[in-house]
Amino acid sequence: MSRQSNRTTDSKKMNSELFTLTYGALVTQLCKDYENDEEVNKQLDKMGYNIGVRLIEDFLARSSVGRCQDFRETADVIAKVAFKMYLGITPSVTNWSPAGDEFSLILESNPLVDFVELPDNHSSLVYSNLLCGVLRGALEMVQMAVDVKFAQDTLRGDNVTEIRMKFIKRIEENLPAGDE
Amino acid sequence: MAIFSVYVVNKAGGLIYQYDNYVPRAEAEKTFSYPLDLVLKIHDEKVVVSFGQRDGIRVGHALLSINGVDVNGKFTADGKEIIEYLKDSTNYPVSIRFGRARLSSNEKLMLASMFHSLFAIGSQLSPEVGSSGIEMLETDMFKLHCFQTLTGIKFIVLADARQSGIDALLRKIYKIYSDFALKNPFYSLEMPIRCELFDQNLKGALEIADKAGNFGPVS
Repeated sequence: MSRQSNRTTDSKKMNSELFTLTYGALVTQLCKDYENDEEVNKQLDKMGYNIGVRLIEDFLARSSVGRCQDFRETADVIAKVAFKMYLGITPSVTNWSPAGDEFSLILESNPLVDFVELPDNHSSLVYSNLLCGVLRGALEMVQMAVDVKFAQDTLRGDNVTEIRMKFIKRIEENLPAGDE
Repeated sequence: MAIFSVYVVNKAGGLIYQYDNYVPRAEAEKTFSYPLDLVLKIHDEKVVVSFGQRDGIRVGHALLSINGVDVNGKFTADGKEIIEYLKDSTNYPVSIRFGRARLSSNEKLMLASMFHSLFAIGSQLSPEVGSSGIEMLETDMFKLHCFQTLTGIKFIVLADARQSGIDALLRKIYKIYSDFALKNPFYSLEMPIRCELFDQNLKGALEIADKAGNFGPVS
């Protein structure tokens, strides 16, 4: 799976089974290393954060989406453009809070958890917690502090996977010029 | 070479990447015999011509190399003081190259931070709300184009005034940055970019832009 140095198109296909296996290997190794579900969740979130801060530039470079005017626009862009671009799925945006600062992404399918079943001794493991970190890291780089967590998870017996995103505040330090 | 330089500035205003693509055309190499008919002085740690003009050598030109060996500030490559060296008639005839001094890397760092601060003036002076910062700076010799991403990174390209397609080139450089710098796990964000693949691909993109003149739609 080596990458040539002069990649001209972004349509390199990768076998999604390999991706699922890679992620699975990552989670099981973390479980062996830390032996504590909460700790593993934290590590997954951290790793996701590091991915997110880099992925956002790739996303902005490729999609040429401009700055979102409000949180609703952000939600739409995340669901319709970002998830589609990176995971090939389009979650739906629902359950807006009255203040308009919280919403849910409902995922019908989750490519990370194909073929996965959580055993009983890992009942508090949030398997796809990497995604929460990615979203948090990416939005932080565009000056939005958000809180992301899984509200429902098909691995834990729920019908759908639901990610709950809450807007905390706009990050005012280090604002790029022209954005006040 | 219609594209002269590329600068990448991080969120805090620090220069994280710089590439020069030009050879200063105003350079002259001449053989001199004792005594030297140009008056030299030390300015800013460099030896420059303060009086005397001949054969393409102008006042203000810096001494770049002696006998083919690049000088090190006001010392020759072996550590001798240049002014003393040239007062000694036994060292003649000597071949000296004069030219417009290139910016040192410290100077480039300073200029990049200065530009970072000036960039904000564009949006502050604006009569309307929500203006961007400085996007283009024009002089009679070149045009400076600047593109700031939503995350605060600035990509600056200095090109010939007649060169078109720089906007597309800036976006192409952004893509190359997001690929070869960011996807390299050993590159830390906001730090100087020292990735070979980034260099190679950037040079490739500049060559294409040079040849095409008009870079065309973003690929």
